[in-house]
Amino acid sequence: MSEQDVVPVRRRTVLKAAGAAGSVVAAGPTVETLAGPLAEAPPGSVRAGGTVEIALAVNGVSRRVVVEPRVTLLDALRDRMGLTGTKKGCDRGECGACTVLVDGERIKSCLTLAVMCQGSAITTIEGLARGDELHPVQEAFIRHDAFQCGGCTPGQIMSALACIQEGHTRSDDEVREWMSGNLCRCAAYQNMVAAVRDASREMRG
Amino acid sequence: MRAFGYSPATDPGTAVRLASQPDTTYIAGGTDLLNLMRDGSENHHHLVDINRLELADVTADDDGVHIGGLARMRQVAEDPRVLQRFAVVSQSLLASASPQVRNMASIGGNLLQRTRCGYFRDAGSACNKRVPGSGCPAIEGENRIHAILGTSDHCIATHPSDLAVALTALDATVHVLGPSGARRIPIADFYLPPGDTPQVENALRYGELITGVDLPSRLQDPLSRYLKLRDRATFEFAVVSVAAVLRVRGGRVQDVRLAFGGVGTKPWRSAEVEATLRGHRLTLERVSEAGRVLVRDAVPREGNEFKVELVQRALAGVLSELGGIR
Repeated sequence: MSEQDVVPVRRRTVLKAAGAAGSVVAAGPTVETLAGPLAEAPPGSVRAGGTVEIALAVNGVSRRVVVEPRVTLLDALRDRMGLTGTKKGCDRGECGACTVLVDGERIKSCLTLAVMCQGSAITTIEGLARGDELHPVQEAFIRHDAFQCGGCTPGQIMSALACIQEGHTRSDDEVREWMSGNLCRCAAYQNMVAAVRDASREMRG
Repeated sequence: MRAFGYSPATDPGTAVRLASQPDTTYIAGGTDLLNLMRDGSENHHHLVDINRLELADVTADDDGVHIGGLARMRQVAEDPRVLQRFAVVSQSLLASASPQVRNMASIGGNLLQRTRCGYFRDAGSACNKRVPGSGCPAIEGENRIHAILGTSDHCIATHPSDLAVALTALDATVHVLGPSGARRIPIADFYLPPGDTPQVENALRYGELITGVDLPSRLQDPLSRYLKLRDRATFEFAVVSVAAVLRVRGGRVQDVRLAFGGVGTKPWRSAEVEATLRGHRLTLERVSEAGRVLVRDAVPREGNEFKVELVQRALAGVLSELGGIR
């Protein structure tokens, strides 16, 4: 285990350790389907129940994790890498709490498999601040009191960052439309719209 | 989710060979498939990842625009050639899902979204699509969002894709590659009405992969528009939608192509409706007549009777916006 894979002991570490104990790297490129062993399976193939090691760049740091194919990017981030800033809300693509950037584009990490992200660059909420200096979108959310319980906030901020970079912040209505993939159960939408527009002005000069 | 195996394919031939194995399917964006697998609505023993196949380009020539099966919804919606020549396609895509999902979901996968309703997604309910022969609780149950056209005694669910409605109005062609080679399927033949086999939703054969979609340039300088009516402002399936492609010359309809979403078990096209309008001025009477022709064979249920009126109003609204109604 390399140094970057060492997770500080927190209350979730017990669960992670239990999950890692059963992991075995897939032996070879042969895939067994119900029809029997399948020759010429491409490198990176893994059979049902097996695991595979994948490499990702998460917030600029190279990470290797061992996952079953059914592990979503969201679960790999939270349970395998200890990056619990990305939240699991609905776990079916409807709430947006799990929004991260993959190769610069916002996606829902509960709807993509970690194995599909092999070689990708992932940015999570943990990757925005520079030391103690918060990202302008984070600052704007605090300035505008743009959250209540905070459950959706990491996803809202990641989505807002992409929304600003995509240029969809010219009006309140446009922000509402282009932030529609992120729900807030506290309905702090009014202040979030203000925060996104404010951050946009700051970032775009 | 149950455990499954995984192979990342690097060329279409290998992908098809892998996906021709039993209990195997393709995964592109995964935005629909993973939820279906979570729900137990679909179970696959092995997934073939096609995201690395070089099928994501959009190309254009005089005959039209070709969209690769792995182009993403956002990419196509923003493509300047699509915007200029097929605005209805861009509008239908931007009216779909959420920005995050549009970054992920492929065009091929969008077309293959399962025709669904709440009963299909609920493993505790009977559903003829999920378990053929188990019954359709929607017919006597909660059916506000269900279809009024093309239904059968076995299924009344609607096809959810907005893009498919636009492609139906444009007479698009779907390109597929399968174990027995490549073939082209006109969009009109791609989706199948439920009949007594509602679990079979389209003409794809086992192992076939959507490699692309052709949008033919049939009309010169057409006006086009996608109107989507839904229960909330955004991020929601259509209650009723209309894709319209129209060319008016000398005050008369020279050509018109119309497709409807949210009302049919498949994206709905009616030659009779178009014939009612072609060659005529878009008067209120003429447009009302076209609306009556559209719903002539509608079979509404207790919860969705409002769609009979709503779809006629949507048609009138779109034609009014595009051509003016006098």
